[in-house]
Amino acid sequence: MLWIPDVDQKPFSISFDDGKTFGLTVFKRGPLTEKLFELNLGDRVGITGPFGTSYSIKPDYHYYMVAGGYGAAPLGNLAERINGAKIDFIVGARSHDLLLFEDRLKKIPNLNLHITTDDGSAGTKGRVTDVLEKLLENQNDDKRILVTCGPELMQTAVLALANKYDTKCEVSVERHMKCGFGVCGQCVVDDLGICTCMDGPVMSRTIANQIFELGKYHRDKTGNIIKF
Amino acid sequence: MLNTTFLNKQFKNPIVLASGILGVTGAGLANIIKIGAGGVTTKSISLEPREGHKNPVMMGNDHFFLNAVGLSNPGIENALPEIAKLRSLTDAPIIGSIFAGTAEEFGVVAEKICTGPIDFLEVDISCPNVGAEFGRPFAYSTEAVETITKIVKTKSTVPVIMKLSPNAWNIAEIAKAAESAGADAITAINTAAGMMIDIESRQPVLSNKVGGVSGPALFPIALKCVYDIYKAVKIPIIGTGGITTGRDGIAMIMAGATLLGVGSAMYYNKGTCFSKITAEMEEFMKAENITSLEEIRGTAH
Repeated sequence: MLWIPDVDQKPFSISFDDGKTFGLTVFKRGPLTEKLFELNLGDRVGITGPFGTSYSIKPDYHYYMVAGGYGAAPLGNLAERINGAKIDFIVGARSHDLLLFEDRLKKIPNLNLHITTDDGSAGTKGRVTDVLEKLLENQNDDKRILVTCGPELMQTAVLALANKYDTKCEVSVERHMKCGFGVCGQCVVDDLGICTCMDGPVMSRTIANQIFELGKYHRDKTGNIIKF
Repeated sequence: MLNTTFLNKQFKNPIVLASGILGVTGAGLANIIKIGAGGVTTKSISLEPREGHKNPVMMGNDHFFLNAVGLSNPGIENALPEIAKLRSLTDAPIIGSIFAGTAEEFGVVAEKICTGPIDFLEVDISCPNVGAEFGRPFAYSTEAVETITKIVKTKSTVPVIMKLSPNAWNIAEIAKAAESAGADAITAINTAAGMMIDIESRQPVLSNKVGGVSGPALFPIALKCVYDIYKAVKIPIIGTGGITTGRDGIAMIMAGATLLGVGSAMYYNKGTCFSKITAEMEEFMKAENITSLEEIRGTAH
């Protein structure tokens, strides 16, 4: 969690980590991130964590990483940290200027980069899941795992493909979080009643399939249900 | 061994989840029963939805836990389906918790929540974290407690439990006032007002600056309050505040509690916090040849 006193504190995923320093990828979209963009080099912020689960690291697996928008942040970090795994990295964005980490991802050995944009300004025009399904159809590795992060409806589409092709899969479930350590109950999911801050955000296909609300609704700060 | 009867209702063990912890959704509360609690209390519910305070709303260390969530809740209309969901997922007793800004509004929320499948109604007159908004907590005034208790009693179809504050200097008198106004039980205690300062940023940690202290530091304070209240009233007490071990639980029963509210233990021992307390209580009872909690209730007096 990143805290700026008197402003707010919110969870962020780690998008870079070399063991000595770490980095966060931040979109300017609310009071906290706006304030963050006004800070200068050397200004301090509060950091707590890390909290929750992370993606599996299995160098003997063939990874299919499916990132939508800001979802490229944790998956870029994962791709850099897996030594030796074969990776198909599918990254999608609304348009070319919103595409993250193109150059960074191209430097990773054993990584095939597939780009999709909604408007066709880079890569293939269309959805990441179309590219993913073609890859799954045409490649027949023994050990393969789908990992995904991004808009929930994109992730549920990836999960559906994992079920269809009976493949290991890990999704990243984002819910409104307050405490980050499993006490406040704000981020629990139906009907399991488990916290996404501790039992997630990364959840296995088995668990994700039991989350009734996935792709259907989430909750706001009051706890009220908001449909996707 | 730990079976407890509270106001004619059976609890498989005396541990109930205290209000405010993991109580946002029906499924979240049902999970608390699954991991070992005998009953649950919902997060406190108001007439209208509330977003609560900005983050940070909670922080803890080895000695204490501090929170100022600001009573966020989806409002009674949206909370009722969650309570119905909870009932569909568990047979364990449900305590519905409410709060309001005026005595009349307490009556309105009480009437509405009683349309849901709750077994008891807990009335939160003692949250320390919204003082500026609602004026001085009602829990400091015997008159206010009497008035609210009477109104809620006329509207409620289930037994009414008044939740009291250790910030009141006269908690035993307040408990007596609640009893004489018709309260069926007392929950003691809510959190004690406190603060944490982050020394690097030189700022209070919580966005609300002040919050409520719970966790181990609250335990001896809660124990003394329950002890005093037990002497003052005949109605049963839900002893709440800093219980994290079986020994804490046993001591609270010896002070006079019937049920044990547990909340911040979730921060210290996560999903095992309830089963740890019940296992430790049973272990102690076996070693001391105690066959029921009835045998030791109030024995510290």
